[in-house]
Amino acid sequence: MLDVDFFRRWLTAAAAAVEREAGRLTDLDSAIGDADHGSNLQRGFRAVIAALEAEPPETPGATLILAGRQLISTVGGASGPLYGTLLRRTGKALGDSAEVTAPRLAEALGAGVAAVAQLGGAKAGDKTMIDALEPAVAALGTSFAAAATAADEGAVATVPLLARKGRASYLGERSIGHQDPGATSSALLIAALAATAGE
Amino acid sequence: MRMLINVPETVVADGLRGMAAAHPDLSVDVDNRVVVRRDAPVEGKVGLVSGGGSGHEPLHGGFVGPGMLSAACPGEVFTSPVPDQMVRAATAVDSGAGVLFIVKNYTGDVLNFDMAAELAEDEGVRVGKVLVNDDVAVVDSLFTAGRRGTGATLFVEKIAGAAAEEGAPLERVEAIGRQVNESARSFGVALSVVTTPSKGSPTFDLPDGELELGIGIHGEPGRERRAMMTSREIADFAVNAVLEDLRPSGPVIALVNGMGATPLLELYGFNAEVQRVLAERGVAVARTLVGNYVTSLDMAGCSVTLCQVDEDLLRLWDAPVQTPALRWGR
Repeated sequence: MLDVDFFRRWLTAAAAAVEREAGRLTDLDSAIGDADHGSNLQRGFRAVIAALEAEPPETPGATLILAGRQLISTVGGASGPLYGTLLRRTGKALGDSAEVTAPRLAEALGAGVAAVAQLGGAKAGDKTMIDALEPAVAALGTSFAAAATAADEGAVATVPLLARKGRASYLGERSIGHQDPGATSSALLIAALAATAGE
Repeated sequence: MRMLINVPETVVADGLRGMAAAHPDLSVDVDNRVVVRRDAPVEGKVGLVSGGGSGHEPLHGGFVGPGMLSAACPGEVFTSPVPDQMVRAATAVDSGAGVLFIVKNYTGDVLNFDMAAELAEDEGVRVGKVLVNDDVAVVDSLFTAGRRGTGATLFVEKIAGAAAEEGAPLERVEAIGRQVNESARSFGVALSVVTTPSKGSPTFDLPDGELELGIGIHGEPGRERRAMMTSREIADFAVNAVLEDLRPSGPVIALVNGMGATPLLELYGFNAEVQRVLAERGVAVARTLVGNYVTSLDMAGCSVTLCQVDEDLLRLWDAPVQTPALRWGR
């Protein structure tokens, strides 16, 4: 069973990964976007950690909802609403139980990913965070480790794709050959989940 | 990197503090990142709120004042603002007549303004929206995020702003804003690459002697790269790209816009070429504006925006405006 402490540790691990990889995310973004993905997420996750410390929520659902709201209020760009929606909708789907099972989390994360796809109008293959998140959710039925691998492979698989959404889509053919920064940061989030679960 | 800054993290806040000091007609909330005309809300007047990433100055804060925007929300550099800023701006300028959001078509701006519209409506503010998408350099818009909003934003803000100042209701101001957007097209060219404060080095590589055609305003590469061209050749390319799409049947307002690092001498020279092409193509120019209005930090280059106008739109364009960056007739 996963309790509120597990979710706090997951977000803390995600924030640490963003701090560590911010430079790489920004470099990926400068190739096909506008060179701010790392610094924007860094700002957002720092706010998440501060909010969780200031007023620690009591349930897994409330933890993710608070984190999502912080991201929407501090990140800006497309990442703010998209990552914010991912965490908020996942948190809402968890309801107010004090503990959740892994299958329950998989289901809730599926709802969160669906909300992101709807908000951004993106589907698999558009070279976005969906390309990492959808396979991760599908693999969560197996294990957290499998989800992390699937997310990572999904992110790497964006390299040969033509971007159809977001700022990279303006480059047309020139977006080919670059890994999508959003899919990359999504894979970091799922890797942090697996690490928190000890897998 | 040699920039006139303290640290990258405070660039936007520092800029806003300086803006506040320079323009007492504006009420600048540095902490919450909202720039509001000081006399807002104006009784019976529709409020106009726009915003977007910082780095495009004077857009949008420089266009706040009587006859144009009621408020602007500056985001981080090249990053759209967050919904909280937009809601704060909307409630600050709403007199009960409603608020029009003017949104450039970039995914982040659209998502955040949509969220803000919902939140503002929850607080009892009627919200209209105009999406600006004038950039003809984006082809295959069914397979991209759609045409970007660039230079036409200035036309929408000025002309819809004049309509609001006259007391037009929200539906009318929104309709005029949409008409302006549909009547305007742009094309941009980069001669150098932008350096953002947070990255500290050029965002992509553009070898000496080459230029990028069809750029947006965020330092993203364009659609095509060519060997450096003359001002005359660039004007031919850019104006023809705009006309091919716009096909104006009447007079236009022309905006020859600098991207931030191109001297006015070069922009005026470029404007001479733009006017030549337009004359050759039989397009009458009713008004021309030359300068740095929708910029991209330190990028060298320019964009051309043409907006076809009828008598009504031209009258609204000529109406008095009093903002830090655009000021006439008052």
